[in-house]
Order: sequence, then structure tokens, then C-alpha cells
Amino acid sequence: MNRFLLPLSIFVVVVGFLGIGLTLNPREIPSPLIGKAAPEFSQPQLYDQEKTLSPADLKGKVWLLNFWASWCSGCKTEHPVLMELAESGQVPIYGMDYKDQRDEALAWLQRWGNPYPVVGVDEAGRVGINYGVYGVPETYVIDKQGVIRYKQIGPLDPDTVAKKILPLVQQLESQ
Amino acid sequence: MIWLAFIMAFVSGPVWAGEAQPLGDDPAVEARLKHLAVELRCLVCQNQTLADSNAPLAEDLRREVREMIVKDMTDKEIIDFLVERYGDFVLYRPPLKATTTLLWVGPFVLLTVGATVLAITLRRRARRVVDAPVTDEEHRRVEQLLAEGGKRS
Amino acid sequence: MIPEIGHFALILALCVAIVQGSLPIYGAAVGNSALMAVAKPAARAQFLLVLIAFCSLGYAFAEKDFSVLYVAATSNSQLPLHYRLAAIWGAHEGSLLLWTFILTLWMFAVTLFSKHLPETMRSRILGVMGLVSVGFLLFMLTVSNPFERLIPAAPDGRDLNPLLQDPGMVIHPPMLYMGYVGFSVAFAFAIAALLGGNLDAAWARWSRPWTTVAWCFLTVGIAMGSGWAYYELGWGGWWFWDPVENASFMPWLAGTALIHSLAVTDKRGGFKVWTVLLAIMAFSLSLLGTFLVRSGVLTSVHAFATDPKRGLFILMFLAVVIGGSLALYAWRAPRVGLGGSFSMVSREGMLLANNVLLIAAMGSVLLGTLYPLFLDALDLGKISVGPPYFDSVFAPLMAPAIFLMGVGPLAQWKKADLPDLARRLKWALGVSVVTALVLPFVMGKWTPLLSLGLLLAIWIVTTAVVTLRERLAHVTGDNFSDRMGAVSRSYWGMLLAHVGVAVFIVGVTMVKGFETESDVRMNVGETATIGGYTFRFDGTQDVVGPNYTAARGTFHVSRDGRDTTILYPEKRRYPVQNQVMTEAAIDPGLLRDLYVSLGEPLEDGAWSVRLYHKPFVDWIWGGCLIMALGGALAISDRRYRLARRKQEPAVAPSTRPARRKVA
Repeated sequence: MNRFLLPLSIFVVVVGFLGIGLTLNPREIPSPLIGKAAPEFSQPQLYDQEKTLSPADLKGKVWLLNFWASWCSGCKTEHPVLMELAESGQVPIYGMDYKDQRDEALAWLQRWGNPYPVVGVDEAGRVGINYGVYGVPETYVIDKQGVIRYKQIGPLDPDTVAKKILPLVQQLESQ
Repeated sequence: MIWLAFIMAFVSGPVWAGEAQPLGDDPAVEARLKHLAVELRCLVCQNQTLADSNAPLAEDLRREVREMIVKDMTDKEIIDFLVERYGDFVLYRPPLKATTTLLWVGPFVLLTVGATVLAITLRRRARRVVDAPVTDEEHRRVEQLLAEGGKRS
Repeated sequence: MIPEIGHFALILALCVAIVQGSLPIYGAAVGNSALMAVAKPAARAQFLLVLIAFCSLGYAFAEKDFSVLYVAATSNSQLPLHYRLAAIWGAHEGSLLLWTFILTLWMFAVTLFSKHLPETMRSRILGVMGLVSVGFLLFMLTVSNPFERLIPAAPDGRDLNPLLQDPGMVIHPPMLYMGYVGFSVAFAFAIAALLGGNLDAAWARWSRPWTTVAWCFLTVGIAMGSGWAYYELGWGGWWFWDPVENASFMPWLAGTALIHSLAVTDKRGGFKVWTVLLAIMAFSLSLLGTFLVRSGVLTSVHAFATDPKRGLFILMFLAVVIGGSLALYAWRAPRVGLGGSFSMVSREGMLLANNVLLIAAMGSVLLGTLYPLFLDALDLGKISVGPPYFDSVFAPLMAPAIFLMGVGPLAQWKKADLPDLARRLKWALGVSVVTALVLPFVMGKWTPLLSLGLLLAIWIVTTAVVTLRERLAHVTGDNFSDRMGAVSRSYWGMLLAHVGVAVFIVGVTMVKGFETESDVRMNVGETATIGGYTFRFDGTQDVVGPNYTAARGTFHVSRDGRDTTILYPEKRRYPVQNQVMTEAAIDPGLLRDLYVSLGEPLEDGAWSVRLYHKPFVDWIWGGCLIMALGGALAISDRRYRLARRKQEPAVAPSTRPARRKVA
């Protein structure tokens, strides 16, 4: 091979990668927890502080775990999507109120509606760290055996719900 | 997009204040924390270390790491804890594994190849070249060209 | 109306650029001097048109014309005028306009200082630059028009990113772009030479000053960016190996290699093929940097405008410009002659070894910057490559380069004698090793890195002294000052730039080795001591700025009971973007900086506060400025002004007899 072609060849390879790079989102980071057991926790519930929410109680069910907070604007964006999904009754969405003030969280749900059967409280953000949460909102799909199957970083949108979440839930339900 | 804007908002400062932080009860713990945190990525920032960031998640993670240090966990245990949750992305020093071999050996391969090519080229060149340096004659021509180019063009 | 004029000027500029990029090159190919003559007026017209566009945008900012989308997005009625003007390059569209403006400025400069060039060469150079300009004008006019209207107009603007509201930000981007874009001249020279097949010593001689000027600007630009990060980001770091920083550093490394390789080509006619490749590389890396910053493929602390559509455009542009020139290179380079012979141990050999090291370093930075992208593209996972990686691969590559920096200037051209070199350098080596070993102990702390850093810095300085002594012994002159004057300015420039590197290394070594920091919780009236200085916190008060409100802390600094200074760090809140900024307060000094930044307010007027004592940190930027000064001194050398000198008979050779000895 002509050695003068070498720079051009290297450049072509780099351009190829850069081209692929354009189609990727650098902020989308796959979770190492997918395919692993959902980390255990036992957090007080938002409405009834005497009771707790724990993944162990939900074994045998396919469910979504949604980290949210009243101070988070992305949560407001995805909220109608959650409401619609909850109303459809296809999969239960459990909430985790992340680093929030109780009264503000209650007021927020009061105002915008509550899609969650139960909301846990993660005041110090420790559950968040165990789940590898970057920031709210984030949503996990957890199967009957309590294994994390999918993680959505950022707000859910109708498209993701229809194309990713619901088919996955159906598949997990049938297992 | 709102989500992105949200992340951006955290880049430069806290919007939400977390638990009050003890500012270094134990200097030895702080030193170890600093030592670890400069090699860890603040995940929600664009590109900052955990040590430098004021984002709430960074503060939480620092608190978590601090507690692990107090529990006397080794550096490796602490790093494994974070990698288990956030993946290799959290490490600014990528671990050496199959996929990162090229990254770590690349620079030295580059250097070796460069040096070898240089040596071979120079040797081959020494054989091929009939000493045709820029002679004084040519230097003069260059100077003349430089001087007279303007008039000719 | 004014913005439309600007927009229209850009469209006209594009038309002119297309003419400039085609006719003169064709004319040069067929030898038609009428076509070639188009180049010069076209370049000047283009400069004028882009200047009009630039001023129109400036006017829109000055007049707070929020019916222009870009103005509304990056400024605010409360923003002071100087920041409104700096906001021209505060985001994507405007910085592209700045890029293009600077490109036409360089073109204009080429038309002014190219009287001595053969017409074919000059028209090819301007043609190539015109083609580059076509790309950028098209880019602006298609996907990033800074003059786009916002109808109805916004009542007020969304303000400039507070991070950029800083004096450093006013000058940093123009400087950096002068450097980036300046390499387009060296690039155009190289392409013109490849097209014409006349890669000779004259080509290298012509390229040298242009390359050096661009390199000086880039050096200053990078230093200013680093200084800005140091005081504006508020955590005392000065280099983060961030993708955007790397994007400016890679062209710098390639440019540094180019300057040295041009010296070999100029003096000895050797390695033309390599030099041409470096010229292409330096500019290609500038373009790549633009792509990395603009396309959003990499996350970075600085990336401020990202849009995949724009990314695609730049990528295609990149593919055409760089791919085209590398293809031209592959086609033409094999025919280029070899030049003079020299042995491996010679000044040429060492300059080339230095080139290999610089390019390996550049390649490592490129590898580290793009590697996360490679893995992601192959779906092999997400990783981060950060400072620990770069620090550990960069230092081993640079240390030998710096060692060679000391030896190179002493080695003879063509063939040097190793034992002889060793004999001439033994004192320098002895002094360096002993000082590097002993000095850290005197300063109270010894680490291998500390010693290594000092060794390299002292080595550069001592070898520079040896070099200068030998040089002075070889020139004729009646007295010392005459002999000093007889050493050419380019030689002084080289020495000065090398000493700049030494100063820079001292800064890095000392600050890494001896800096101390402390995170404290300070109540009003409490003191904290760091690096021998005592800081007393006198509380904060609320201050109102033009477009922000701030808590300003007062810190009395004293040492051994004597007052040193009073520092006023601020925590600013910019309401329009709802951003909080940490404005550090710094007391700079030749031997140390004192640095205070406010953390968070705690109860009862107490604050969490971060204090730093940073020894020698200003030497980092000082070193860069000295390097740039060295470059400037080299350009002022008489042989680059030969043409003018010869045309001015008033300056008779006899008035400067000594200078003629050493060229």
C-alpha cells in the first residue's frame, strides 16, 4: 500500500466513528443494574408514614419504580404520561419521592394528580444512589422475580411507553 | 430538552440544598475523600470530577463515600460500590480491560511505531539521498526569490 | 433593517468566496493571469462583506434588538455593553461568524503581505482559503444564521450564560480563533504547494512566519482559557483535560511540531512531505475541534451549543476539506524530493524525534478524547476518560521531548557528535540533577514528580545558557552588547520560547507539589490559616450588580500579624437564567496565589468556604506568555522582512554590520 494513503485511511475511519457518534446520545448511560436484582429498601410511605414500601412486597408482580420530586421540572413534563399509564391499569407505577419536602410533595400530587398506588420517601437520596439514579425523573421496570429489566433516564414520553415499556411489561407478565 | 436544561442548571450551582454538611470533622477522612473524588466523575455534570462539583448528587455521593471511608472500606471496595451502581462511566481512570487495552497501550504503541518509522526512514534515506541539501547557492536563490518576487508578479 | 444588511452581506460574501475559491485556482492551473488576479480583490471584498455582517450583529447587540433570535437568546437589556458585544461570540451562531470573520481577516493579511510571492502561489493560497470560507458561510446561511428574526420580538433577552460574563471571555475566544484559523494560512500554503508541485525551501520560508503568528495566538488563547477556568469556575483548577480543551490543545501540539519541522525544511530542505502533512494536520485538528464542540458528540463542561443537524454539516465539511487535502497529499506527496542528507544524531534528527514525541502526545490526546465515542459507537459500553488517564500518558511522552529540547539547539546540523555533545552538556546536566534533587528537600518535601519537574525545568534553562554562551562565542562583535545584538532575533525567540516552557513546568510542578487547600465552615469573625496566611471572615453583605445580586464576603488576610490584603469573593445569582455563580477572589503574586471561594451559606451568617494557597501558579500562564513572546520575537527576525528591507535602500547594510554574520 502507498504509505501516503495512510493519513487518509486513518481519517476515513475517524470520520466513520464521528458519523456514528452523531446518532448517539452521550448523556444516555446504560445502567449496570439491568438484569440484576433490584436493590432492597424499606422506605416510609408518603401518605402513611407508619407503613413502608419495599420491593420484597411486590414480588410476583411486574411493576414500575418512578423516582420523582416536586422540585423537578422533568417530572412535571412526564406526569401526564404517568397519569394516562396508571389509568390504563396495564402496570402499577410505584413512586419514590426523591430528596423532597413532604408537604410540597403532597401538594404537588394534590395539584397534578396521583398516578401511584403507593409512594415511598427517599429523603436523603440513598435509595437513589443504590439504584444508580442520576437525577429525577428516572423509571425502572422490575419483573416478577424482582429483577430490573429496563431503565428510563429522563422523562417518559408516550412514544417510549408505547414502544418500549408496554411491550416489555406484556412480555414479562406472560413469563 | 427540559431534562437537559435541568441537568445544565446543576452544572454551576446548587438549586437544591441537601443535608447540612460537616466540613471535614476528620482531616484524614477528607484527604482520602479528596484523593478518591478527583478520579470520579460527577455524573450529572457535563464534565467535572466529584471533588469539584456542587451538584446535589455529587454532594450525596461524597457523603456516601465519606461514610464508607469511616467504615474503613478499602479504596477498591468503595470504587466497586460505585461501579456496581453507575458503571465504568463513573471512573475518570478507565479500568484496564479488553475494551480499553487500545486506550492504555495506544500512546506507547504510537510512540514506538513513530520512533521505528523515523529510524527506518532516516536510515533508508541516508542510503538513497545523494547529498543535496539546500546549498548556499540555493539559499541565495531563495533570498533572491523572496526579495524579487514582488517585482516580478 | 441592519440585521438584514448583515444577512445580505453574508450572502454576497458567499458568492465572492465561491468566485475566489474557483477562478484563481483554475487560473493558476492553466496559467491565466487575468483569472489569478481575481484572488486579491475578491479576498478583500470578502473581508469587507464579513466585516459588515459582523458589525451589523454587533449593532443589533448594542441596540438590544431582541427581534433577532440570536440576540434575544444570548443577551439581556440589563447586560452591560461590553458583555453584550462579547455575546456576539457567546453562543454557536455568533462564534461561527467570528470564525469566518477571522478567516477573512487572515485572508486580508495574506493579500497585504504576499507581494513577494509568485502570482500562481498567491492565487492558489487565497483560492484555498476562499474554499474554506465557502464552507463556513454556507454553514451559517443554512443551519446557523445569526441574523434570524424572531417575530414577534421578545420583550427581553434570555441573557448571556453567566459563566461567560467575564473579562477573560471577552478576549479568549478571539485569541483562540486567531490561532485556530491562523493555521488555515499554513494549510493553504501547503495545499497551494501541493497543487503547484513546488514544495521547496522557499515554501517553508514563506510559511514559517504565518505559522508562528498563528501559534502565538493559539498559545495565548489557550492560556487565557485556562486562566478563565481557574478563577471563574471557582474550584481552583486550571486544566481539566476536557474535550473542548483538548480540542484546542491538539492543534497546538501539531502546530508546535509544525514550527520545528518547518525549521528543518527551511534550513535543510528535508522532510518536506512530513512538514506538509503537519500543516494539513494542524488545521484539520482545528476543524475537528470545531466539530467536537459544535456537534454534541462529546459531553464537556464548555459545550454550549449542540445540534445534530449542525454536527452533520460540519462532519461533511470536515470530510470534504480534510479528506480532500489528504487525498491530494497521497497523490502529490510521492513526487516531492528528499532534500539534504543528515545523520540520525544531528539537529535535524533531534527536531524530528521531537516531532515524533509531539505527534505521539497529540495522538494520545486524540485517542483519549475520542475513545469513549469509539466504544459507544461499537456498543461496548460507556466509559469516561479523564485527567488521571491524560496525566499518566502525557507526562512520559513529554519528558523525553523536553530533554531533547535542551540538546537540540546545541547539536550541529547534518551530523552531530554524541560524545562531544555530552562533554558540552555535562555541566548543565550536573547542575540540573543536583539542584532537582536538593531543592525539594530545602523546600521541605520530596516526591519523585517534584524532582522530575524541577529537573526538566532547570535542564531547559541551563542548556539555554550553554547554548547562548556558545552562540555568543561564535559571533563577532567588539563588545558584549554588540555580540548579543549579533545573535539573530529568531534565535533569541527560540531560546525565549524554550525558557517559557521551563517557567510553565515550574508552575505546574510547584502548584501540584505544594498547593494546600482547606474547606472550612466559617462564622463571622473566625479565622482559618493556610500556607502561613491567616484569613479572617468578616461576614457577607448583599450587593446588587447590573444584572445580578450577590452575597459578597470580606476576608482580611494577614501573615505574621501584618496585613496582606482584603479579598471579596462573591456568590452571584443571575435571575434571568436562574444561575448561581461562584466568583472567586484571588490575590495573585509572583510566588503564590491566595484564592478564596464562597461555598454555601450556613446558619447565623456562617459560610462554607474554600481556601487555597497556590504556590507559583501564575508561572503557568506566565510561561505560556513567554512562549508566545518568543514566537513574536522570532517573527520579527530580519530575514522574514527581507523583501521590504531590500526595497528600502535607506537601510543600508553597513549600518548593521554585526547582524549580517548570523542569519
